[in-house]
Parts: sequence; C-alpha cells; structure tokens
Amino acid sequence: MTLTVGAELPALSIPPISRSTLALFAGASGDVNPIHLDHELAQAAGMPDVFAQGMLSMAYLARLLTDLFPQDRLRSYGVRFAAITPVKGEPTCTATVTSIDEVDGEKRATLALVVTLADGTTTLTGDAVVAL
Amino acid sequence: MPISPDAVGTVLPSISMDMERGRLAQFARATGQRDPIYSDLDAAKNAGHPDIPVPPTFLFAIEMESPNPFAFATELGIDLKYVLHGEQRFDYHRMAYAGERLTATSTITDIYSKRGGALEFVVKTTAVTDEAGKPVADLTGVIVVRNPGVGS
Repeated sequence: MTLTVGAELPALSIPPISRSTLALFAGASGDVNPIHLDHELAQAAGMPDVFAQGMLSMAYLARLLTDLFPQDRLRSYGVRFAAITPVKGEPTCTATVTSIDEVDGEKRATLALVVTLADGTTTLTGDAVVAL
Repeated sequence: MPISPDAVGTVLPSISMDMERGRLAQFARATGQRDPIYSDLDAAKNAGHPDIPVPPTFLFAIEMESPNPFAFATELGIDLKYVLHGEQRFDYHRMAYAGERLTATSTITDIYSKRGGALEFVVKTTAVTDEAGKPVADLTGVIVVRNPGVGS
C-alpha cells in the first residue's frame, strides 16, 4: 500500500455492542471486572448501565490495523481511553497517516487513531507505527 | 490518603500463560474478527504463519491470568471502585503464535498526581518474554484513580 501523509485509511464500523459481546469478551480477554457484566453492580457504582471494556475498543482498533497491514509490520500501538462506551454503542475506528519516517533502516508510517460513537463522542485516541 | 511513591520500582510476580488456539479463536469471535488467520489453523498456515497468530492486544490477557490482577493496586491502598484504565501501549519485538508459553513480568514505573491529588496515576510496564527469555513485546499501562472530594 502506498501511503501519503494526511491520508485517511478505510474506517472500520462496528455493529451495536451487545451484552453477550461483553460477556464473550470478558471470557476471551480475561478481564472479568463485573462492572462490564452485572447491571445491578454497575448501578450501585453510579453508572446507568454496564459499559464495554476499554480493551474491547482497543481490540477493534487493532482489527483495523491488521486489516490494512500484515501484523508483523506493527511496531507499536498505544491508546488513551477518553470516554466509556455504553452497551449498544456503535464504535467507528479511523486511522490517519501523520508522518512517514526512516527509522532503523526501515520506512515507517505513524498513524493517528480515533474511535468515535454514533453520537460523536470520542472514546479512544491513539497512535500506531507500522513498517511499510 | 495519597498513593506512596515508594512503590515505584516494585517488580510484581511473573505470570506465564499458554497461547491456546481455542482461546485465540474465542478472542477472535468476541472481537468480531473476520480475518480467518486469527481462528483457523489452515487459514493461518496458508497465509504463511506457523500457527494461529496472537493478535496485537491479546498479550494483555497474560496479566489477567493472575488470580488477582489488581492486587498491586489494592496493596497500594487503592479502592478499585475509583479505578479507570487510562492508557495502554504495546511495543512489539516479534509476533507470537499459538503453542507458545509467554511470561509477563510487570514493574511499577511511575506514580504521580494531577489536579491537587484529585487524580492519581500508576504506571506499570510489563515485559512479555518467550520460553527462551527473549522479548516478545513491552506493555505500558496507566491506571487512573479518582479521589472524589480531593483537590480541585
């Protein structure tokens, strides 16, 4: 793939996150914090309902990366969790090329990553470096 | 009470975990993964992989294998009700595959506060290594502790 600085890569849209997805992800990821699974416990903690694991959104963003680049090209990947994703939230993952540099003898692109919900809330921001 | 910065430098007990095909397939299903290399051995091999790849964020699951993954936080006197996952980072050295046994060793590398102590941050770096002790990835996680009623 030929990349240029400023290029927006194809976005990945995720269907509404169901409660069963939260349960599946809890088992698969090992993050069994009940705040993501137990409605009553979430309410007792002052939340209106359960909400998605932050690492679930990070995994969706990783799918965007591995859809676009072979995984062995991925050098680094980091995110900041900005807002929670409520159950039934519909995340859209996007990536924009912010720089292309020569590092350690290989050409690398830095991508700015953002996950937003249908209402415009930004839930995650981050960056990834991929070898081209 | 503020978190004591004395804990910086503490090395937590190592956790080892077998990368199992079934578990990776379950992770693929939970994350809506459509690329078959992440769940199907034949698809992975046809794409040139020795086995099913461990996807980029699955390495985080190793720490979660601990009987109490947040023991380090409770030992610092942190009430888990007020804890949020603030940041997470992965620096990769090589890909890992099903069939490998990986080990995660975490160190508390920084503790700091903002807004007059209303928010406290604990930074943990985790070295993931293979059976030969060679690096696979380095993880950096930041947890945020909210202290309602403290600071501005």
